[in-house]
Amino acid sequence: MVQQLGHLPMGWLMLALLAMMASGAFFVGRVQAERFSAAGSGRFHSRPNYHGYYVAMWTVVPALVMAMAYGLLGDDIVRALLRRELPASFSAMPPIELSVYLDSISRAASQGGFSGSDRIFSAITNRFLELQGVIKTVTIGLTTLCAGSGFLLARRRVAPGFRARNKVEGGMEAFLFLCAAVAIATTVGIVASLLYESLRFFAQVPIWDFLLGTRWNAQTSAEFGALPLFFGTFMIALIAMLIAAPVGLFAAIYLSEYAGPRVRGSVKPILEVLAGIPTVVYGFFALLVVAPTIRTIAVWINMTLINAGVTSEPFLAAQPTSALAAGLVMGIMVIPFVSSLSDDVINAVPQTLRDAAYAMGATKSETVKHVVLPAALPGIIASLLLAVSRAIGETMIVVMAAGQRARISADPTADLTTITVQIVALLTGETEFDSPKTLSAFALGLVLFVITLIFNLIALRVVQKYREKYD
Amino acid sequence: MTNLSAGPFRNEKALARLRKRRAADTRFRLYGLSAIGFALAALSLLVFSIGAQALSAATYHVVKYDVVLDAAVIAPKGKDTPDQISRNVDGFYSLVRENLKDTFPDARDDRRSSRELGELMTRLAVLPTARKVADNPTLMGQKITITAPLNDDLDLYLKGAASPQKKVKLGKVVSVEAETGRTYRLAGPAAFKVIESLVSAERFEVGDAVDRQSILLTTGATTGKISDVTTDSAVIDLLTGNADDFKGATPVARLIGIPQSERNVTDQQIAWTLALKDMGRISRVPHLSLLTHTDSTYPELAGALAAIVGSLLTMFVTAFIAVPIGIFASVYLEEFAPRNRVTEIIEVNINNLAAVPSIVFGLLGAAVFLGFFGLPRSAPLVGGLVLALLTLPTIIIASRAALKSVPPSIRAAALGVGASKMQSVFHHVLPLAGPGIFTGAILGMARALGETAPLLLIGMVAFVADVPSGPTDEATALPVLIYSWSTNAERAWEPMTAAVIVILLMFLIVMNGIVVLLRRRFERRW
Amino acid sequence: MESTVTSAPPATSPGTQANEPERLTFPRIECRDINVFYGDKQAIFDISLPIPDRSVTALIGPSGCGKSTFLRCLNRMNDTIESCRVEGQIIMDGENINDAAIDPVLLRSRVGMVFQKPNPFPKSIYDNISYGPRIHGLAASREDLDGMVEKSLRRAGLWEEVKDRLTAPANSLSGGQQQRLCIARAIAVQPEVILMDEPCSALDPVATARIEELIDELRKRYCIVIVTHSMQQAARVSQRTAFFHLGILVEMGETDQIFTNPRERRTEDYITGRFG
Repeated sequence: MVQQLGHLPMGWLMLALLAMMASGAFFVGRVQAERFSAAGSGRFHSRPNYHGYYVAMWTVVPALVMAMAYGLLGDDIVRALLRRELPASFSAMPPIELSVYLDSISRAASQGGFSGSDRIFSAITNRFLELQGVIKTVTIGLTTLCAGSGFLLARRRVAPGFRARNKVEGGMEAFLFLCAAVAIATTVGIVASLLYESLRFFAQVPIWDFLLGTRWNAQTSAEFGALPLFFGTFMIALIAMLIAAPVGLFAAIYLSEYAGPRVRGSVKPILEVLAGIPTVVYGFFALLVVAPTIRTIAVWINMTLINAGVTSEPFLAAQPTSALAAGLVMGIMVIPFVSSLSDDVINAVPQTLRDAAYAMGATKSETVKHVVLPAALPGIIASLLLAVSRAIGETMIVVMAAGQRARISADPTADLTTITVQIVALLTGETEFDSPKTLSAFALGLVLFVITLIFNLIALRVVQKYREKYD
Repeated sequence: MTNLSAGPFRNEKALARLRKRRAADTRFRLYGLSAIGFALAALSLLVFSIGAQALSAATYHVVKYDVVLDAAVIAPKGKDTPDQISRNVDGFYSLVRENLKDTFPDARDDRRSSRELGELMTRLAVLPTARKVADNPTLMGQKITITAPLNDDLDLYLKGAASPQKKVKLGKVVSVEAETGRTYRLAGPAAFKVIESLVSAERFEVGDAVDRQSILLTTGATTGKISDVTTDSAVIDLLTGNADDFKGATPVARLIGIPQSERNVTDQQIAWTLALKDMGRISRVPHLSLLTHTDSTYPELAGALAAIVGSLLTMFVTAFIAVPIGIFASVYLEEFAPRNRVTEIIEVNINNLAAVPSIVFGLLGAAVFLGFFGLPRSAPLVGGLVLALLTLPTIIIASRAALKSVPPSIRAAALGVGASKMQSVFHHVLPLAGPGIFTGAILGMARALGETAPLLLIGMVAFVADVPSGPTDEATALPVLIYSWSTNAERAWEPMTAAVIVILLMFLIVMNGIVVLLRRRFERRW
Repeated sequence: MESTVTSAPPATSPGTQANEPERLTFPRIECRDINVFYGDKQAIFDISLPIPDRSVTALIGPSGCGKSTFLRCLNRMNDTIESCRVEGQIIMDGENINDAAIDPVLLRSRVGMVFQKPNPFPKSIYDNISYGPRIHGLAASREDLDGMVEKSLRRAGLWEEVKDRLTAPANSLSGGQQQRLCIARAIAVQPEVILMDEPCSALDPVATARIEELIDELRKRYCIVIVTHSMQQAARVSQRTAFFHLGILVEMGETDQIFTNPRERRTEDYITGRFG
């Protein structure tokens, strides 16, 4: 019987329970308030609906807290109870193995019990289900109790003079604040998880070996010198910016200063299409078109140089995937990030400044170069910084087109690897937590997060200052 | 017009200087134009290269096999439950292979050509038929037509994407003489002039040796391989069909640029395929299985259905979490938040979060949702959660802009008739900002739909052969499928990947189209 | 086109104008039948107006009467507005400056302009003044340039106030100083004509008085055209006044005459404040 209870679908059950409680409480509160007003006992402060909401609020919130507590802790409690009951032989097991064992128990339990031949396993699974049944029943009871007491307390307060609306709105505002705080929680979650896992990594690998080591070989042997990764990231971002900065900037200048409304109206959305294309598509493009082309060109250059007697060995590495291919395509991807924000800041430069320059007989390009660009410079720098941050954090293009080899090479046709490529390589496939290999991905993630955060913070700050200046 | 050096606006010195400045002006303008030209060229190269590939995958070749569903083969004793029939790949495949061997009896002779013939169809391609028969046992013993996709390499060959090939029409063959074995000498005045000149001009090496290129001579269902050629005659090894067919015919020659050893298809297979085509058993049909099949290790059988469903489930979870939270958060920040340090921090934090690399969210998902909360790997639920956190800042920023665009007079009017702040916001401001918020939400979802990296880190890159039925099942997503297919080595995956990209872009285009429509319909200037 | 570039000095004056001025010395600029369109909308109708040298011509009229548009014709600033089209002849030094063959860049180096709001470049004071001479290649050397900056600032009456902080950002000056800086900036290009579009509208009375003094001083060297909303200002600084209404030149003549004895009823109504 208790074992059967272990199969209760708690999620749906709780949801149904909460919905029922809420609507019931709302109805009761509302009817009660209506009865008061029908009895003509003075003017109500709040409409009956608000009394209903109020009662429902006090019914649901405590119940919700209970439900969430179960969701968070329920499984752990069951496991803790089970572990205390396990035969002595289990306590000798290493903790990791034990937890893997318990994982398989809970998986078997969730599939409706174990029917195989392993008697011990079967017994433990059944006991697990029993304990789960107990906990689930207790949770449902407690939830109902909390909801009931909340309901009774709130119902007592329904009265003509009671400011139900203000209370409901206060509760609503608190809820809105919680929603806004999700963003904070996300940041905290990112920082905490990255820091926690990184610290565990640095307990095994010294931080300086990680930051300054030149040999990276996390997959096969335990070499965690990330410098080649930083170099690869930097190199590819540099190539990308060499494309994106001039193209994006000149495109923005042309669109805001030279182009007529028709050209502007059609070219701007097309540039924004570049920003809307998923990066995996760029990666495929790099793999399909750009990388082979670059390789062909590099091979041709090698042949030409050798034939001309300049070198005897191939001058370029001419790899099938290369830093240049990834950087080039990434540059194309980043163009709209530069052009769109630059366009905004160039447009924000007051027309009177342009007029002043024109009125003195400056040509259009002189006006742009000497007046508009200097005035828009902070915003342009910010857009470049954001673009760099984007390029550093970009993953799919480099995963598909940059390569896996960690090395420091200035040859753009050689394959390099980046921080993001290694994070993906380390965390896809079978991953075992707690191994330095997995943890190193988080250390790399921390580095990535910190670098991009610095770029973003500076850029956002500059943009903000700039807005204040011209608004 | 007039004396240019006369007026003060036309004196030589000023004009000379001006010419320089004007030249600089033109140059500057040209830089701008070429920047835009570069961006547009890059975009069109991307679109056309992927579009062309996708187009070739939009159709594929299927072959018809007329077989009798012999119960002894597909449902032998002890293996005749519907379930066993539906999984009896060997049985059904042997039916098909027998059919092929009946068509090309020569292939029965040796093991190699027998195997090569079998490769025309992938074994697993019989599965739909097997399921059909299992569902409908009355078909047993009847004659049916199995339609199954052609081997992916031969499909590519027929599409002309496998190797460079030159196709020329020859003159009339007058006589066919049998030489030794399957070797024949064809002759006709100047019949082979075209090939002869091509061979000598392009240093085309003809012959049997493995590193030589091939010239196949075809008429109707008959194909032979040229081993020696002059202007008036050619020696061929008959690959399939009847050599006498050449008599009086004007055959077609195919000069294939890559030696057999470097191709995935043999000359023999090409000959059979051409024969099947001549018999009308091969047809090029829309590649619908791309939408109706799940992933497979064989390109011609693979489809994106599981990934589409996985993406939809993920998006559903994302929308369900990110949209309400995003709207409520923006309402709080825009309408209720007091101007103090806490809200300032939240604000800076949201702007920063919008620029955090997506892969960092993947790490968060791996550490917190998988590691800490113990949610299942590869599940749309976790993917949706991660993408929700990722899109939340985008949605909040867009919603705040929409709320900001509602003029204060609306709020004042509502407050003026005695509405509470909460009422003024939820009854008046929020509905007016609705279209803007909705637009932002769709754009956020569009971004989430294209995200790949975070999904890789939470294990949604697994090979998924079944359509996921719920948010906790193993699943993959469209962009991840693109990634994993693009890492496959076989050539046939390239157009397939491009086709999935087009499917993904279709979704994005629809979403952005909705945004454009909404903006047109609800654009309001206060 | 035929009669455009006759290089005829102003001896032949239009003569068709009803209110032909009595004391017109030497028209620096001769406008004939100017029409201006914004898209399909016509903003200025058949305006013919001679502008004398070494004096101040004030353009007055209610808002939207086209006086600023007309002013911007004189250095072809309207070229920078996409939809704007100017017809008619504006003869300066015997050439029609509206001619497509005339480079507006060269024209603007001879017809300077000062705007409604002070609009110094976000650079140093020195860079603001030296910008014009530099792009037009007027200075042969650094010393030359320094001299020009000083001369322009002196003429604009700003030298004493800023000579110790030429490298300070121009935005750090007060509004009135900024406007005088803009005037100095216009002077530095060594123009012959200076156009002023309500140069005092953003300034307080004290700063306005200084600018007016300056205009009076500059009149000895330059041909000045000023658009103003203030009747008093027009009366104080100008020698000749033209009254615009709804894109039509209603009346023009000696400032004294316009203000004391206007010929047109509409002029009188406007001056006495009955509309506008």
